[in-house]
Amino acid sequence: MELKKEAAETPVSLNYKRMVVSSPFQKLIKSKKRFTLFTTVFFLAFSLLLPILAFYSDILTKPLIEPFSWGWAFAFAQFFMTWGVCHLYIKKAAQFDQIAKDVLEAEEKEMGRDGQ
Amino acid sequence: MDSKVIALFLLVVFITLLITFYTARKTKDARSFYTAGGGLKGWQNGFAIAGDFMSASSFLGLIGAIALFGYDGLFLMYGALVSYLVVLLLVAEPLRNLGKYTLADMITERFRSKKIRAVTAFNALTISIFYMLAQLVAAGALFKLLLDINYELSVIIVGIVMLTFVLFGGMTATSWVQIIKAFLLLGGTIFIFILVMSKFDFNFIRIFQEMKTATPLKEAYLNPGAKYTNGLDAISLTLGLVLGTAGLPHVLSRFLTVPDAKVARKSVVYSIWIIGLFYIMVIFLGFAAARFVGVDTIMAANSAGNMAAPLLAEMLGGETLFAIISAVAFATILAVVAGIVITGATAFSHDFYNEILKNGKATQDQQMKMARIASIVITVLSIILALFVQNMNVAFLASLALTVGASSNLPVILFTVYWKRFNINGAITGILVGLIGTLLLVSLSPSIWSPIKGASLFVGEPLFPLTSPGIVSIPLGFLGAYLGTVLSTRKETGDFDEILVKSNTGNDVKGVNDH
Repeated sequence: MELKKEAAETPVSLNYKRMVVSSPFQKLIKSKKRFTLFTTVFFLAFSLLLPILAFYSDILTKPLIEPFSWGWAFAFAQFFMTWGVCHLYIKKAAQFDQIAKDVLEAEEKEMGRDGQ
Repeated sequence: MDSKVIALFLLVVFITLLITFYTARKTKDARSFYTAGGGLKGWQNGFAIAGDFMSASSFLGLIGAIALFGYDGLFLMYGALVSYLVVLLLVAEPLRNLGKYTLADMITERFRSKKIRAVTAFNALTISIFYMLAQLVAAGALFKLLLDINYELSVIIVGIVMLTFVLFGGMTATSWVQIIKAFLLLGGTIFIFILVMSKFDFNFIRIFQEMKTATPLKEAYLNPGAKYTNGLDAISLTLGLVLGTAGLPHVLSRFLTVPDAKVARKSVVYSIWIIGLFYIMVIFLGFAAARFVGVDTIMAANSAGNMAAPLLAEMLGGETLFAIISAVAFATILAVVAGIVITGATAFSHDFYNEILKNGKATQDQQMKMARIASIVITVLSIILALFVQNMNVAFLASLALTVGASSNLPVILFTVYWKRFNINGAITGILVGLIGTLLLVSLSPSIWSPIKGASLFVGEPLFPLTSPGIVSIPLGFLGAYLGTVLSTRKETGDFDEILVKSNTGNDVKGVNDH
């Protein structure tokens, strides 16, 4: 309670140096990096593959099930890929939110200790 | 026909004035003018973002492109949808956590430098004016076709109506015009989609079978290659679209109208679904325009295919549906242009006037006054420029804005949030190299130069072979930011620890105390 009162009157800045090296924060950064990097490379490759296949091979003109060609299947797959990645991220982000909350709570405790 | 179109156009004006009247009271200070006070809900912002993207050029242009070129029309479209994954995964949340009113806020949160704020704000203004030109040229063309009003007068009418609600209603009015327009556009598209599908007996196999013989292109219509003969150009275009959205200032400023990163995230999910579903319907509307209206009729009305959607509406639902779709297209232009003007005016009033000239000490009233003056100046400037570029291709101007965004803003946004060694020098070099590089490549490209007289602005061989410069200019922007950083002797990297914590947890002291 006392910390809150004090913080409301004089702005106290968080100890960012301490937070960055804290283990929950490192965990957050690591898991975010792994997910984001992998997913970004995947969707960039998936979307750029369409013009590459379209202009440097004739696979997209081949029929999949008459009268649909592979080209249209891959084009519609872009939409489903986008929706899929979007919801995969939403699920992941809920986990990130939880870790971020842990980070802030840990720092709050540390700040309490500083105050004493 | 004219009286119905005019009546519905006036109705659109009336609705926007009504929204302005109700939101004007809420626009009391600069904060509400800039970002609607950061109080929009997730679904509201999601519709507004989708509205920003379902612009006149995408509604009229994409249906036309699919109608005329079949498969190749897709290359103008799906990349823009995928681009929202870049926004969602990499940009939206850090931006909301670090920025206040503008993109420059986010960059200066790390570097605390007026120089970098000035460069970022200047770049935002430049991109905004390019994007606005595209919309104004589209507006002029649309009015001419629908109402037979000349180009100059049409652009001025759009400017005046839009300025009215921007000046009095700020971002709140602009957001609501955008949200309501998104509903109207989506509703209109769904309605026509159902009419179209019933003409095909809801049989997807039949659609594809019929499209093989419905156009002069025959089977080639459903295969790539009808429009783009150069694969590199198509790849470059896709790259520019996929990475471009995350660099567009008026889209980025949408994430500052919500209270926190979680709401920002939620709003992207809404927009991804809305834009995706809209695009899928657009594909079939394009097919139907080619099949039922006919390519010759579409080309006769406008050689770029921009009239495909209104003509399809007229064929399906007579004059009334034609008038409704035309009025929705008008509302679209108003809403999108307003969003761009607000973004530009905010960059001017908040970044240049308040933060740089007045050291952040300008009063709310002074800022409001400056934002309104800036809105008028930007609009007048764009109208004057629009008079000179009326013969330029609309899609080209819009893609130019996207590519400048991807080449100049995106590298700096990503490096600011994710790269520890990044410094002021790198940020400034990155933006300038991206901006100038893109403009230089375009000025040497086939969009400006053509050996055939009258086909382009100048007669001559283009020195740069691609119409979309993205594949060169985007890596160039990243390279500029990288080299600017590593070659700099000064280590002005800002407090990266603070940025890392803030961008990932979204909380500063206030957040902790809120527990």
